[in-house]
Amino acid sequence: MTWQPGCELDALKQRARLLNMVRQFFSEKAVLEVDTPLLSQASVTDLHLASVTAQLSLPGCSSAKTMYLQTSPEFSMKRLLASGSGSIYQVAKCFRDGERGGRHNPEFTMLEWYRPEFSLQDLMDEVAELLSLVTELPAPQKVTYQQAFQRYLNIDPHRESDESLGQLAKEKTGICEDGLSRDDFLDLLLTHCIEPELGCENPVFMTEYPASQASLAKVKEQSGVLIAQRFELYVNGLELANGYDELIDAEEQLHRFEADNDARKMHGLPEIPIDHNLVQALKSGLPECSGVALGLDRLQMVMQGAKCIDEVISFAVERA
Amino acid sequence: MGNYSTNEFKSGVKVMLEGDPCSMLEVEFVKPGKGQAFSRVKLRNLRTARVWERTFKSGESLEGADVIELDMEYLYTDGEFWHFMLTDGSFEQYGADETAVGDCKKWLKEQVVYTVTLYNGAPLTISPPNFVDLEVVETDPGLKGDTAQGGTKPATFTTGATINVPLFVNIGEVLKLDTRTAEYVSRAKS
Repeated sequence: MTWQPGCELDALKQRARLLNMVRQFFSEKAVLEVDTPLLSQASVTDLHLASVTAQLSLPGCSSAKTMYLQTSPEFSMKRLLASGSGSIYQVAKCFRDGERGGRHNPEFTMLEWYRPEFSLQDLMDEVAELLSLVTELPAPQKVTYQQAFQRYLNIDPHRESDESLGQLAKEKTGICEDGLSRDDFLDLLLTHCIEPELGCENPVFMTEYPASQASLAKVKEQSGVLIAQRFELYVNGLELANGYDELIDAEEQLHRFEADNDARKMHGLPEIPIDHNLVQALKSGLPECSGVALGLDRLQMVMQGAKCIDEVISFAVERA
Repeated sequence: MGNYSTNEFKSGVKVMLEGDPCSMLEVEFVKPGKGQAFSRVKLRNLRTARVWERTFKSGESLEGADVIELDMEYLYTDGEFWHFMLTDGSFEQYGADETAVGDCKKWLKEQVVYTVTLYNGAPLTISPPNFVDLEVVETDPGLKGDTAQGGTKPATFTTGATINVPLFVNIGEVLKLDTRTAEYVSRAKS
């Protein structure tokens, strides 16, 4: 019966409790809750993120305009930060086209927050604090991207050649196509051979990603290698959160958007309108800050010991 | 047969992979946050029954396999082919060669219905029902009174299958056998 929710009633109560705890947590820290638009005229340019679009008609406009449902509230929230909001958080619905599986629903709930003047370490500490508030899990441990690849695959992800990464990915994952990039090989090895091992005893913060996977994080040189200043949190092999020491350089940001759109063109994907409001906000001055996006549905999966995201949301997309 | 794109992948879909027809058993959507999405698939090679694990980039596609599973009654063998007949009233017959019959040979009994997998219209594999009743043609004499205690002995059946049975079993008895484990279940209900 698809009119009924796909989860137990207990999961709905668990969600309400979780939302309460989250709001209490940030209220005590004087972090401001904000509410930004779901529909935007611009969107993310990432090669591997697809936005859901909507046609919007406005009075005085002859034709409908394509709007994008946000894949995360990041751009709007950074515009608030640049306007002097100080620390902010949001519980936001996000949309990602084509993403559906045991860990993905194309519409999901993100808990995203930004902390001016927080280092990445400060933010990891705060994520750990929230985690210990809502779960019984032990304190997270830290592992670098490099250490994880060394531990589980005995290779250096920063220095291994593209050929041998490709060879290893084929061997370990049975990947059937050619024409994959270095980052695709790294992602394959990460998702197939490393992720399942991460956070099975203690939760794990993985840090120091390759610069090619920086997205909206700062990049820094460390012992001759360019490293993205970001972390991800894993519990029982499930990726829960993704945090950045946020890029505040407007020129670099614009350059990354344009490079993304070039890559999209090469892959035969539509170009996405660049969010010039965000670039302008960065130009006017985004405070040094760290920010993190945490999948609230997945956090609830951890709390409930759920295997599938459908167990923690009222109506997964097939019932929506 | 059309092609199947990764977003059409699901358990039960039959595709061609490395020249062999395969059936998807499990499909998992894998996507690291902002990374490339993949479909991680477990497939059974329908020719060899081996399970393969493969990963496909989202958007890739595979050629569909002309594979269909049908219920057919076993008729007889002429030594080269084993003949089956559709149970849908059409009386249409198919001859399966030794490779297709494979391990199922030891479970073949006239008038029992088997699942015949056709590939490009010809039998590829034969699967027996979970249980079949077969008659014992050879075994040591039954031990009277020994009905509860353990202990087994080999018995040979009409089909040539040899399976361990309880000590009380005699030649001529019809036994219910589990084809998945090749084990004795009980005496057949007549």
